[in-house]
Amino acid sequence: MNKNLRWKVITTIAVLVLFTAVGVYPIVASQYGINWPSWLMSKQLKLGLDLKGGVHLVLRVQTEDALRVETETTMERSREALQMAGIMVGNVTMPSAVQFRIEGVPPDKDQAFRQAVVDAETNFDRSSGTNSAYTFTMKPTIQRTLRDESVLQARQTIERRVNELGVAEPSIAQQGQSGDQILVQLPGVTDVDRAKEIIRSTGLLELKLVEMGPFPTQEAAMSAYNNTLPPDLLIVAGNAGSGEGAAGSTVYYVLRRVAAVSGRDLRSARQSLDQNNRPAVSFTLSGDGARRFGQVTEQNIGRYLAIVLDNRVFSAPRIDGRITDQGQIYGSFTPQEANDLALILRSGALPASLTYLEERTIGPSLGADSIRSGVTASVVGLVLIVLFMLAYYKLSGVNAVVALIFNLIILLGLMAYVGAVMTLPGIAGFVLTMGIGVDSNVLIFERIKEELDANRGIRAAINAGFSRVFLTLLDTHVSALIAAAFLFQFGTGPIRGFALTLSIGLVSNLFTSTFVSKTLFELVLGRRQQVAALSI
Amino acid sequence: MRLFKNANYNFMRWRWHAVALSWVVIIAGMVVIATKGLPRGIEFAGGSAVIAQFDQTPSVQAVREALNRNYPGGGQDAVVQSYGDPSLRQVMVRVPQVGAEQGASLSTTAQAVEAALRKGNLGNFTVVGTEIVGPAVGQELENKGLWAFGLSLVGILAYLAFRFQFSFALGAVVATIHDILVALAFLAFFQYDLTLNVIAAILTVTGYSTNDTIVIFDRVRENMRSHRRDSLNDIINIAINQTLGRTILTAGTALLSAIALFVFGGEVLRGFAFTMIVGVITGTYSSVFVAAAIVTFWRPKHRRAVAAAAEAQAVSQPARRSKQRKARAS
Repeated sequence: MNKNLRWKVITTIAVLVLFTAVGVYPIVASQYGINWPSWLMSKQLKLGLDLKGGVHLVLRVQTEDALRVETETTMERSREALQMAGIMVGNVTMPSAVQFRIEGVPPDKDQAFRQAVVDAETNFDRSSGTNSAYTFTMKPTIQRTLRDESVLQARQTIERRVNELGVAEPSIAQQGQSGDQILVQLPGVTDVDRAKEIIRSTGLLELKLVEMGPFPTQEAAMSAYNNTLPPDLLIVAGNAGSGEGAAGSTVYYVLRRVAAVSGRDLRSARQSLDQNNRPAVSFTLSGDGARRFGQVTEQNIGRYLAIVLDNRVFSAPRIDGRITDQGQIYGSFTPQEANDLALILRSGALPASLTYLEERTIGPSLGADSIRSGVTASVVGLVLIVLFMLAYYKLSGVNAVVALIFNLIILLGLMAYVGAVMTLPGIAGFVLTMGIGVDSNVLIFERIKEELDANRGIRAAINAGFSRVFLTLLDTHVSALIAAAFLFQFGTGPIRGFALTLSIGLVSNLFTSTFVSKTLFELVLGRRQQVAALSI
Repeated sequence: MRLFKNANYNFMRWRWHAVALSWVVIIAGMVVIATKGLPRGIEFAGGSAVIAQFDQTPSVQAVREALNRNYPGGGQDAVVQSYGDPSLRQVMVRVPQVGAEQGASLSTTAQAVEAALRKGNLGNFTVVGTEIVGPAVGQELENKGLWAFGLSLVGILAYLAFRFQFSFALGAVVATIHDILVALAFLAFFQYDLTLNVIAAILTVTGYSTNDTIVIFDRVRENMRSHRRDSLNDIINIAINQTLGRTILTAGTALLSAIALFVFGGEVLRGFAFTMIVGVITGTYSSVFVAAAIVTFWRPKHRRAVAAAAEAQAVSQPARRSKQRKARAS
């Protein structure tokens, strides 16, 4: 064996051993319940949701919400600033989520007005209109930042909630053309409705002072204020009382618009029991929140404080004394509901509401069926191709089959190594890699036959076959990779798995069909001085 | 054993017949798509699908009746079909509606379908899978899919124009577009749903078809150096015949794996495998007939150009040689 060939053989064996260890060993070992060594097992090829079963959700973050909140806050602040400066203005309105309008600015106080609203102009562009009105429009850069931030925050919040749910190997990712979609994959979860509710709940907790109420209808609440509600108040629906029998009907409270304490001041929340030993949620406030809460409760002893969750009053207990950092939310919870609510509060509020775009549930049995049919198709495809190659190319067919199996091992190993996920279309990619992958060998072998027909020596024919076809192979593989790259770009979920399988298959195919196959030929022919015939 | 040893078929003589045949298939496909439409899978059309596994397989008729009686609005828009292997006793019901997009109630339609089946006395069943896709998703996918097609074709065109000549790149890309259209035509003939998997298959066919075309073109490129005095038609014809054995063998192995997928791959992959089978056949056909026809159509003057080049070579041989060497090295 010459030195060159020895190195080729060593390289081939090293690659084979490496990829068998990474790609094949963990799959086989886990079948027999072996979990050793752990650093290898952790690299095991993961199964996609369509094979494992679970829930696949696509949500859209309503980023408009975040913009609206920012506009609202700025509008309120400007109104307060104008009041402080003693400037009387007309209507203050919000025509869209990114705009607010201040009408009737007295002409003689124009300079003072501009001074007062200067803070608003860090994020908003001011433009004057008719009737001494000013329109403030949120700057496009700020809009974009707010949208991006709200999607990011939503994703992080969902991540925290999913982690608290205790799902193994969840996958949460941003997707979509405008980047406002969040893909959530929860393998093994079967209670879809619960998972959906936990993910979607805004989880915004606010404690607001009750001005009046409760009223049986919204109209009744309005008429108490002669049908014109002061701007700093609002009407919120809520559960009627906490007594038995009252639960279920809706009542209306008139609340202060500004929250005394909000979810941001929350330090922790956990499931507990109320005085009547029913499930409730207890929460504690952070230092800053506790100080403000203490102040508010101290000044308002005897009044009622509404506990508002996602714009619904859960309860409105009387303030009996100064409270600093503890509170409790009660209502008619089941233990599960109380537990979930505590979880939602702990994970923080969502910056914007979410809507579901897509929902898939794959039962574990459906996934198992898919695996079974995918594996059957792979095995049948492999056997057919092996038989075909052996029948047509005889002993050289063995060479092609070895190269093919090599290719599959490298494919499995690389997929495991890059952390790819095996999906059903991925299995299809696997089967196709076998069918199209032998093409390289066919090309080379046919060329060798041609060269043999031209009465070249066997060695020369083999060398010519490999070297002449190499450029063709390079061209075909590169253009196939171009197609696969765009497929990957386009794809969502399973299709990406397919494109990745195909791409990795192409790369490993180039290696096995040229390098490995050639080495095998050289190995067989190497010892003989004179080769009479080639079985091809 | 050697298939097509010393094959010498005159493929180029038949190229215009082949082009006519392709047009017939493609136009027939377009007519079917225009009249019957290409059924769009749930990813593109939106809707709710429920897959239920029954203790006793109910007839499709019985399921439909249960929907007609109990599903709000009746079951006339519903697609009812047995799903997967018959021994699994699974039925898929698909309706075009989805629950309100706002809020968490996306799944209300799916729940209504399930309730209708429960009320229909179809025997005990469990829901093994649901799929609910809102209408907003499909549009985005369509956009992305079209971009993926367009960009991958441009990418391949650019690469081949760089590696070969523009006329060859054009031939390969036209052949690929041909294959996509033929695949769509056959999907329409057999009324397979256009799903994400089918799109993936079509894109794979794109890769496979170019692959096939490149192998032949590569041989043409090689022959253009060794058969300088032949016409382009002859050069192409020789190349096709030289690679014929390989073309048929590869189509054979690719078909074997696609058929294995079609028969054993299960319900989800059926449309994918069908597209692959059509694509492998049309991909092989198009690289033999369509791609070459485009090259000769684009460059009918080649013969004269070759003759001129040969004369030029006779005049200034040294300069020519160095150019030739450069061409080979690239």
